[in-house]
Amino acid sequence: MKKEIGIFTLLVVLCAVTGFENPRFFSEANLTDNANLIGMRGIFSIGVGLVIITGGIDLSIGSMIALNGMLLVLALTEWHWAWPLAAAFALAVPMFLGLCHGVLITRFKMQPFIVTLCGLLLYRGIARYIAHDTTKGFGEAENFKTLQYLASGRFHGFPMPFLILIVIAIIMWVVLHRSVYGRYLFAVGRNEEAARFSGVNTRWVIASAYVLAGLLTGISGILFAFYTNSVSPSSQGNFYELYGIAAAVLGGCSLRGGEGSILGVLIGTALLLVLENLVTLLGIDSSLNFAVMGAVVLVGVLADQIFKNRSSKKIARQPK
Amino acid sequence: MITSPLLEMRGISKGFPGVKALDNVSLQIGRGEVVALCGENGAGKSTLMKILGGVHQPDAGEILIDGQPVKINGVTASMKFGIAFIHQELNVLGNLDVAANVFLGREPKNAFGLIDSKKIHADTLPFIQRLGLNISTRTRLDQLSIAQQQMVEIAKALSLNARLIIMDEPTSSLTLTETNRLLELVCELSGQGVSIAYISHRLGEIDTCADRVVVLRDGKNAGELTHEETSHDKLVNMMVGREIKSFYVGPKGTKSPGFFKVRNASSSLHPGKKVSFDAARGEILGFAGLVGAGRSEMAKAISGLENSPQKEIVLDGKTVSIEKPRDAIDHGIYLAPENRRAEGLVVEMTVRENISLPSLENFSSFGLINRAHERKIAAEQVSSLKVKTPGIETKVLNLSGGNQQKVVLGKWLAMTPKVMILDEPTRGIDVGAKAEIYRLMRELADGGAVILMISSDMEEVLNVSDRIAVMHEGEISGVLERADCKEENVMQLAVGKKISAAKPAVNN
Repeated sequence: MKKEIGIFTLLVVLCAVTGFENPRFFSEANLTDNANLIGMRGIFSIGVGLVIITGGIDLSIGSMIALNGMLLVLALTEWHWAWPLAAAFALAVPMFLGLCHGVLITRFKMQPFIVTLCGLLLYRGIARYIAHDTTKGFGEAENFKTLQYLASGRFHGFPMPFLILIVIAIIMWVVLHRSVYGRYLFAVGRNEEAARFSGVNTRWVIASAYVLAGLLTGISGILFAFYTNSVSPSSQGNFYELYGIAAAVLGGCSLRGGEGSILGVLIGTALLLVLENLVTLLGIDSSLNFAVMGAVVLVGVLADQIFKNRSSKKIARQPK
Repeated sequence: MITSPLLEMRGISKGFPGVKALDNVSLQIGRGEVVALCGENGAGKSTLMKILGGVHQPDAGEILIDGQPVKINGVTASMKFGIAFIHQELNVLGNLDVAANVFLGREPKNAFGLIDSKKIHADTLPFIQRLGLNISTRTRLDQLSIAQQQMVEIAKALSLNARLIIMDEPTSSLTLTETNRLLELVCELSGQGVSIAYISHRLGEIDTCADRVVVLRDGKNAGELTHEETSHDKLVNMMVGREIKSFYVGPKGTKSPGFFKVRNASSSLHPGKKVSFDAARGEILGFAGLVGAGRSEMAKAISGLENSPQKEIVLDGKTVSIEKPRDAIDHGIYLAPENRRAEGLVVEMTVRENISLPSLENFSSFGLINRAHERKIAAEQVSSLKVKTPGIETKVLNLSGGNQQKVVLGKWLAMTPKVMILDEPTRGIDVGAKAEIYRLMRELADGGAVILMISSDMEEVLNVSDRIAVMHEGEISGVLERADCKEENVMQLAVGKKISAAKPAVNN
């Protein structure tokens, strides 16, 4: 919990500083826009967090978002599918790809980094190919207004993606921190062998984390497609896997596995977005955007590590 | 003219926390002499050799090389004195070629400071040829057999001008022909003036090539035999005969024989060998044997952790199918593994989380953990096993070895075992905690469980078991009833000798 309090404090300080320097930060338009983006990014970041907790990594998120966005556009505008079917399809594809990752990693003992790196290249290529490398938009079609509202509408002034994130976060919090499955995720990430000796079906647990990551990526992919209102296969979702990893790590997930929390991932996501926002609002050259993010993640994780080393020394010094 | 021996160790003592590994041990090795070191598990053979290899420093005693007192204060120093140590687990880099392995850390360099590739291969070749190895110096080590990799290690030793080569159980993972080739090589090297000190459990091999056998027992010199004097019986007599305190407590409950039957369990370590035995409800069946006899692998095969397709397991008259770990657990067959920290516990998790890990599904509804119930179970085990911990939310890595082992037991006792397999249950645990674990095992057995205890500690095996099954090279070489549970009988069976006191593992 200490970790979450630490980065939450940092988040509050950054918001206060930005708002003080440029009051536009607290304007309704800016806040809703941020909430909207936090919603969309937070959903896939939770997925990345789950995978990282098992000791793995998922680099394919951004390309998956491009591919499933493109499939959604094609299904709705060119193949004229009913929207529930199109949405189900746009969720089923990333889940299936996640299952493939999981099987390659657990059955064939491939490294998660390699498997999902190949996914990153492969899905991007497929997305561009099926779209003939052109941007496809939703246009003015009427037959999927409900889906459009669910993805990009407002509810009592709150952007839908933000509300969807809150619901998903609550469900995933229960799953990760209160369910048997969540406990197995942590156990497998910490010590797969000991978990296996305790009768945990470790392969299934690990593979399912990639399927869940696929589902969550699929949901945010749909949201992003409606947010941009058109999908450009070569740029949609670029670098999103890195946002997800950065948010998860900043939020306390360890790439060694077995550590992390839903709350941490959420705060991490928000922190990264506020940083981007801060760069714009404070008139910092926008080319420094990534540099600022990188520096903050680095310092954050470094501070955490130093703190951890100190406290483990303290334990060692305790008289027996 | 009096020539001093190549190496002399005098009055070496070495203690580790809780144990005296070596007590006033002396050893002499002449030039070109092959000395075999023999003794039970834990007799101090490896520790003595590690002192020579610079891995451990002795607490007392002196080491003389060529009659000059020396201090071997590290691995480099040991190499400088012409001592090469070939460990049981080979220290080779599979991703590099033969030449690179032989000259690792001493690579010849050319004018640009890069590795002189021509020279390194040219320099390696004579050593390879001297060992009669028919391989290119450009072969990657992972493409060689274990025996060939071992030869490369010997080549490296020779390239360092080693005058004494120490080998720790060099033949334990070799085939028969490879073993014979190695023994021939040992004779050849000794003919060339290189001394060899080697640890082995295999009396036949010692007979073939050792000039002298030195026997250790309980960290002390137990005697030595020249090649001519060596006989199987004399060796075993020297190895055994340590003073063993008796603290056996017999069963109180009733036994029901044939409650648990294992047939044809096999493992990857000894493919083709099969283990079958019967165990009674209410008894503690000890499994003795030398390191590498395949006892842990048998335990893993029974628990579904290792693939053993032909095995048949009968529990309480019913044949049960165990293909994966969960199957064993669902039938009440639990394993407390040898390697607590790697296999028994998730040490970064709390006592509570570790105790509940295998049983979580029993007290969850709709996949959600009943946290109050979880805490209750953990607290119950902590208090009934008297685990010394600040609380159930303490991470297991902050507990002592004995308390960690109790947490492992707590995991399984929370689920009422039918068959509890304990692999080296008291390794690295202090005396007080040991006694508690023995008492627990007895209580479990009296309560109607089958206890299988694998142990390399002779005192433990003899004092805790109601019967002892002794394993040798992947098979049970005999089972001893309580009256015949004597160290000598166990040792005879452990080295593969048939004795009349032993019963077959399965009565048909």
